[in-house]
Amino acid sequence: MNSHDRQLCLSGKGVTKIFGFGSKKTLAVDNVDFEFYSGDLISIVGESGSGKTTLIKMLLGLTSVTEGEISFMGKKRDIGSRRKKKEYWKGIQAIFQDPYSSYNIFSKIDSVLLDCINMRGGRLLPRKTKIEMMREACSFVNLKYDEMTNKYPFELSGGQMQRLMIARIFLLKPKILLADEPTSMIDACSRATILDMLLKLRDETGMMIIFITHDMGLAYYLSDTVYIMEKGKIVEFGSADEVVLNPKADYTKQLLNDVPKIHDPWEFSKNRRKDAQWTEQFVV
Amino acid sequence: MKSQLRSIVRSGKFMTGFVIFVSILLLTIIYPLINPGDPMARIGYDSFRTRPGTYVSLYDTLDGVNTFTFRIPGANDIRISNKLREDDRERIKYWLVEYGKQEEVAGLTEEEIDIEDTVALLGLWWEFYSDEVFVRNLTNAERNAFMRLDVRLDRLFDIDDLQVYTLNPETGEHDILFTEVSTDDYINVSDVANIIRLPLGTDNFGSDVLKKLVLATATSLWIGLVAGTVATLIGLTLGLLGGYVGGIVDDIIMFFTNLFTVIPGFVLLILISYGMSQMERGATTVAVVIGLTSWVWTTRSVRSQVMSLRNRDHVNLSKLSGHSMPKIIIKDILPYIASYVVMAFILQISSGILAEAGLSMLGLGPSTTSTATLGMMLDWSIMKSTAFIHGAWWAYYPVIVVILLISFSLNLMNTGMDQVFNPQLRD
Amino acid sequence: MGKVMLEVKGLTTKYITRFKEDVYAVNDVSFKVEEGRSVGIAGESGCGKSTLALSLMGYYFAPLHYIKGEIIIDGRNISGMKPDDIRKNILGTEIAYIPQAAMNALNPTRKIIKFIEDVVRAHDPKATKKDIYDLARQRFEILNLPEEALGKYAVELSGGMKQRTVIAVSTILSPKILIADEPSSALDVTSQKMVIKMIHDLMELGYIKSMIFITHELPLLYNVTDDIMVMYAAQLVESGTADQMIFDPLHPYSKGLMGSILVPEDGTRDVKLVAIPGTPPNLKKPPDGCRFAERCKYATANCRLSQVAFYDFENNRKCRCLFTENELREAYKNEQS
Repeated sequence: MNSHDRQLCLSGKGVTKIFGFGSKKTLAVDNVDFEFYSGDLISIVGESGSGKTTLIKMLLGLTSVTEGEISFMGKKRDIGSRRKKKEYWKGIQAIFQDPYSSYNIFSKIDSVLLDCINMRGGRLLPRKTKIEMMREACSFVNLKYDEMTNKYPFELSGGQMQRLMIARIFLLKPKILLADEPTSMIDACSRATILDMLLKLRDETGMMIIFITHDMGLAYYLSDTVYIMEKGKIVEFGSADEVVLNPKADYTKQLLNDVPKIHDPWEFSKNRRKDAQWTEQFVV
Repeated sequence: MKSQLRSIVRSGKFMTGFVIFVSILLLTIIYPLINPGDPMARIGYDSFRTRPGTYVSLYDTLDGVNTFTFRIPGANDIRISNKLREDDRERIKYWLVEYGKQEEVAGLTEEEIDIEDTVALLGLWWEFYSDEVFVRNLTNAERNAFMRLDVRLDRLFDIDDLQVYTLNPETGEHDILFTEVSTDDYINVSDVANIIRLPLGTDNFGSDVLKKLVLATATSLWIGLVAGTVATLIGLTLGLLGGYVGGIVDDIIMFFTNLFTVIPGFVLLILISYGMSQMERGATTVAVVIGLTSWVWTTRSVRSQVMSLRNRDHVNLSKLSGHSMPKIIIKDILPYIASYVVMAFILQISSGILAEAGLSMLGLGPSTTSTATLGMMLDWSIMKSTAFIHGAWWAYYPVIVVILLISFSLNLMNTGMDQVFNPQLRD
Repeated sequence: MGKVMLEVKGLTTKYITRFKEDVYAVNDVSFKVEEGRSVGIAGESGCGKSTLALSLMGYYFAPLHYIKGEIIIDGRNISGMKPDDIRKNILGTEIAYIPQAAMNALNPTRKIIKFIEDVVRAHDPKATKKDIYDLARQRFEILNLPEEALGKYAVELSGGMKQRTVIAVSTILSPKILIADEPSSALDVTSQKMVIKMIHDLMELGYIKSMIFITHELPLLYNVTDDIMVMYAAQLVESGTADQMIFDPLHPYSKGLMGSILVPEDGTRDVKLVAIPGTPPNLKKPPDGCRFAERCKYATANCRLSQVAFYDFENNRKCRCLFTENELREAYKNEQS
């Protein structure tokens, strides 16, 4: 794929976020440029404090941009009024890191899905149609609607909650999905399920996914393009193979050197094997 | 939610506080029903002259009531020993001891005189005392005082029968009503038409303290409720706004909050109360003023909780679902802080009652003659008159106990709820 | 075979919940750690690995209760000892424990050297300030920690530095065994590597004789330990050397767990991640048979009948599975083709 037949979906120029005033000023995101193309799966990799979450909040329009501008679908983004914001959020949605805090514990989970239907203009649909839509969304993420309805969030497991979040995205069908470490609070075994569903959703709707993570391995596994952030700056970006297998920036090199790996363990590890080869069991 | 309510009900602390509080509340409702009458009416002497007790109409005991004669040995002794005050006994002993030292009379020593034994004590007195005996160690004033005491003791022992007359208005003569009311005559109290029960006596105005206390408790609870509601509403609104909206709104709200934090609320309260004319200072007005000065801590804590909630993902998600700000605040923020707000409200009630008491003690409480508050009762009995000097404990102790019970029960309820809602305290 | 430093036999402990229900969080766990070896414990959250760590160091405070089993450290049986005795006589000299948030447990009003004084004096009340300082300085020097850190307060140190300091403080008495429960998961990868390097140095230099390292991050475990044990639903399900476990897991659960490893290395993108369906059993009411049977695609009716023992396999491996090694390999091979 080259950039000619891809549509510019989301881009930013000189995006900066400063918290606080005067001597307490902290630069969370520092003059960041990016161009995200439709249909791509982009990973933004950074350690805690690198400003990746702030960047995401700015992209979502949940936090104001101190300087610079963000363009959405080729046009300068305008989210000045609530109406315009609502319109913007039809095109860009998010899944957050912690499924346990993503739900209002006082509302039944049906309300989360109903909100999505209402947002897509389905407020006046007959109840039966709404239930049918919710049923379809639940079955997309391998949940049974009849087991979910009328339940409170605490009755679900973390994995189920996160799957329901994907069902929400399924109903909204946004152009862009920002996924902020959606698997970091979930056990390794259920991680694959969540990732599979995200990828399936992307294949079906052609949406662009921006995946935020601190896990290099996960970013490499998933994404087409990888952006590396350090202290508010993007230090390197490029195709996943380029960045991970042939890093240019010092920070990326150090990061890759310090991440625990299994075919090239740390220099002091006792399990360091010279004949590092991908064994059979890894290729299923 | 249900399970939390259940664990609140199961919490011993909460239930103890709740039972005490509800008992006080019920008392204020039920007591006026079973014992009607104007609590503010001046029914007796002022200056605490009526001690707690049951008062029997003297007239009614004499007029038209059957008398019964009981031959109970020692009845006289009981009367005398009741009338002989503790300090009289001490003084008698003092004279006897001094006399004994001077004349070297056996048996008149500190150890051998028992002031509880009225008969023996008076026996000794009459045996030895005479105003002609000169005891050297006494001052002249003391000597005179002992002479007066002797006269009084003589009268005490006058047990001659009484005669009771009624004045005949036509003839202007005294007709004999009873002859010989003897010391052995008794009447049945239930035969007496007029009995006044004053379990807590009367105060400096001569009003029934118990009735007034019940009224005052009700008024103070009302003041606490109004003050608590006003403070909680202001605190909640400002806290929600400042915490959720943030930015310049938050800065302005925090400016005023800090201002009110720095200026001691009580001083402000005094100034406002002082600034109002006497006529304006009703109980409700004072309650509103208390509420207006005590919202600061509610604002601060609600704000900080909302600020942490604001960044929670479920609020972000709610925004992304296109919900409006009021809806987010009501549906996604309020339920999370509701338990906390209820707890703050309970504490505000308690501190409102205490603030009123403090204000009233300074004479800046409600200025009214139509009702009483707990603080006003303390003010009248302690600050404005001399209940201490009169030894009129009934005028202020019960008030203090009620204030203590109310604030104890409210705080107990609060602690009980805290243990349920605060996971750190949960065991 | 080296000297056995830690031997655990049939350790079972339980939690009693607020509703007076029993949760057996560690159930019949037995293993040995030899001198100079480090053992990793892997498993999903809630499998009981952190409880195992607490149980091993005798931290029996409500709601955790000891049921049965033996913990023998260098020939000395510490099971059944009172928590107070354990704190006085075992912690520090026999066992050192480092939890994930250890660095936040430092009292911010005291200097680092004061903590070292506390630890040393708890076992040798006569130690002089100077002796302790010399000991600390020496240890810090060997571990490449700056000497100045001794005179600093915890808040003046960065996260990674704090965690390394805590480890240095808690191992100052050269304990026989170090139990590290996710000691680096709150840190960024660079600090994590430095922490691990230091633990590695501690072992190399003999300041700790052996180690139990608990984490859910398998690539990290592979880099740190010699052996790996996999825990599932309060039981150990498989143990072997790190190489065996990462590259050749036998138990279907370990197999699934290893299949979820993602590392930024060439080849990762060709892997198909496979999830294990279902959720772990409720430990309040564990199933009678194999606890993994519900989620295992190879499970037969036999698996659900009765408890499965921790069988010895070849090459010093152990596996809690009714199938033999060959049967398992055969099944995996069939699946691939």
